[in-house]
Amino acid sequence: MKAKILTGTHYMLGDHACAEGAIAAGCRFFAGYPITPSTEIAEWIARRIPLFGGIYIQMEDEIASITALIGASCGGVKSMTATSGPGYSLMVEGIGLAVMLEVPCVIVNVQRGAPSTGLPTLVGQGDVMQARWGSHGDYEIIALSPNSCQEMFDLTIKAFNLSEKYRVPVTILADEAVGHLREKVVIPPQEEIKIINREKPKVPPEEYWPYVPNENLVPPMAIAGEGYYVHMTGLTHDERGYPDITGEAHEKLVRRLIDKIQKNKKDIIEYEEIMIDDAEIVVVSFGITARAALRAVKEARKKGIKAGLFRLITIWPFPEERIAEISKKIEKFVVAEINQGQIRREVERARLNGVPVIGVHKLGGDLITPDEIMEGIWKKQN
Amino acid sequence: MEKTNSKGFWRKPLDIDKIERKRGIVYIDEELCKGCTFCIEFCPGQVLEKKDKLNSKGYHPPYVKYPEKCTGCGFCERICPEFAIVVEKELVK
Amino acid sequence: MEETKLMEKKVHPLEEYFRKERLPHIWCSGCGLGIAMTSFLYAIKELEIPKEKVAVVSGIGCSGRVAGYVKMDSYHTTHGRAIAFATGLKLAKPDLYVVVFSGDGDIAAIGGNHLIHAARRNMDLTVICVNNFNYGMTGGQFGPTTPLEAITTTTPYGNFEYPFNLPHLAYSSGATFVARWTVLHAYQLRQSIKKALLRKGFNFIEVISPCPTGFGRPNKIGEAIDEMRYYKENSIIRNGIDPKEAELSFRGKIVVGEFVEEERPSFLEIYQKFLKEKGVEK
Repeated sequence: MKAKILTGTHYMLGDHACAEGAIAAGCRFFAGYPITPSTEIAEWIARRIPLFGGIYIQMEDEIASITALIGASCGGVKSMTATSGPGYSLMVEGIGLAVMLEVPCVIVNVQRGAPSTGLPTLVGQGDVMQARWGSHGDYEIIALSPNSCQEMFDLTIKAFNLSEKYRVPVTILADEAVGHLREKVVIPPQEEIKIINREKPKVPPEEYWPYVPNENLVPPMAIAGEGYYVHMTGLTHDERGYPDITGEAHEKLVRRLIDKIQKNKKDIIEYEEIMIDDAEIVVVSFGITARAALRAVKEARKKGIKAGLFRLITIWPFPEERIAEISKKIEKFVVAEINQGQIRREVERARLNGVPVIGVHKLGGDLITPDEIMEGIWKKQN
Repeated sequence: MEKTNSKGFWRKPLDIDKIERKRGIVYIDEELCKGCTFCIEFCPGQVLEKKDKLNSKGYHPPYVKYPEKCTGCGFCERICPEFAIVVEKELVK
Repeated sequence: MEETKLMEKKVHPLEEYFRKERLPHIWCSGCGLGIAMTSFLYAIKELEIPKEKVAVVSGIGCSGRVAGYVKMDSYHTTHGRAIAFATGLKLAKPDLYVVVFSGDGDIAAIGGNHLIHAARRNMDLTVICVNNFNYGMTGGQFGPTTPLEAITTTTPYGNFEYPFNLPHLAYSSGATFVARWTVLHAYQLRQSIKKALLRKGFNFIEVISPCPTGFGRPNKIGEAIDEMRYYKENSIIRNGIDPKEAELSFRGKIVVGEFVEEERPSFLEIYQKFLKEKGVEK
């Protein structure tokens, strides 16, 4: 009997929902290394993926994991890994390679208290900037932030789709709280799930150059073993894929890698707005903290304060245009996150007219409570 | 003509008319050559020699000094790091 | 009178296997990488393996540039991670012949961990490690295979560290085919590569190459041709010996040969067998 995804309604762990989402999206290769709090993803995949003809391999370290992902993706197989802060730090060089080679892959970072070994079993949201700037140089990636077990399932599928469409590594910035939560998850039948696959070359091998972009600035991807004789290198390269160590080639290539994401922002960015239209105070949040923020906003409304919630679903690229637009009509922003102000900085950068931005921060380990966000809403100035 | 040598064997094989002997012809791409001299040094028949002329990169490419000694073994083609040598075999009349 | 025939209309026998438009390659005069690469391409040609079934993965360094010159699917990855990349590629497409072409620093220093684990798993890969005893691309610094007392730019007083015996390392980690040749043994190297390509499991071939720019000159070995003469005088072929005994000493003997040829189920074989036994349908 052919293996099927677990269609139905479940009471499921966030990590497990993420893993099942990957399988539903077509992931057939997982190379990882156990690390709390993402180990459950690896365990679920190790058990389920062979039933679908996929492979789970536990590599010797995270660096090998990310590189094996890129290798498998070059062989045409959708691939994923799951890690936490310390592992992500090891992977950033590999992520840079995936950006340069333009190889789709998905990396799940179930954030925990940081820096260094930090709080392995407790929540954190401090890897936000690292997901954007972790690797060296200028580049763009996509990062999504689920706030529930259902979103762990849905956003994993979205991550694969975005990654295939734009040939870019996509990070899922989950956190330990959502990863280790058990909630209702509704899994639809496979046929109802929308899957996007990478564009294949439309020309025969003799006419094919690996890095000639289509109208979305994304080149169709040829995989190994099909006679296209691609050459892919991490060095700056021209459209044939051959190394071209000149400023001119670099400008052309890296500019396109950046524009690939920046110019397609409308398609990529997703956010949730609750009671924003008449709001005077907007709370910006993501992940598990957004749930406390929603409660705080509702309580504030009961007390007559016109509060609204702006929940980031796509963290990178950051929705700066929307933040700027909202900032024109409101009194202040309140940014709640379990870190020292990584998204607060982005909001400060994007907002217009010097609208005050109040931060509600914790450094890790404990969740931010609705009361604490309420205090932020009450507060006059930063 | 001697019929036998000192060991008592015929000097010339009896079927010398039927055997095809091949000789090698060495083609050299002088512009690709980087003057490592591996081919000259390790040719089993010591058939190649350095040319006096320089190529445009300033190296002395080889030339075939003793073409009649070349057996077409192809070692120069295998040992050349630059893809600059092609060896073909032709029949000796 | 000169008897040189020029090559304008002649087609090199390997022409369909390398990217001619990128010649001349960047390697120095006398570098053995060209020979290692041609031996590999001859092996592919003689086995009549279709080009689209071969993938070459390389790391960073002079040896890593091989990927750019072969006319096959080739991947020039980050420093030291070629073996991890090749693992992922092979598992995604098990029908491909995946060959890792890299240098001593890339495979044994930064990539050491990946080397021993891939060998331990008996992953179906062929690794050709070109050993020139230093880090050539960056100008000639010492590495894990630099002999004791050798002079390099970062060991101006002589190397204080012992080098690896790479065949021993690969074998004790679990490789099932281990060989070492110098580039002078171009014929034997080609035969070993042919054998490795047809085998399952982890195949490791160390190729000793001259590096006149990075290693030969500072250590007064002379030009590349002098180093090749040295290989000719001092290399001994010992097939089948224990790799531990395979000496490779500075100004001493160079023991070459096919040291190990064993049979052990490879990663893919075990993977498929266990899943089948447990009733997991593919």
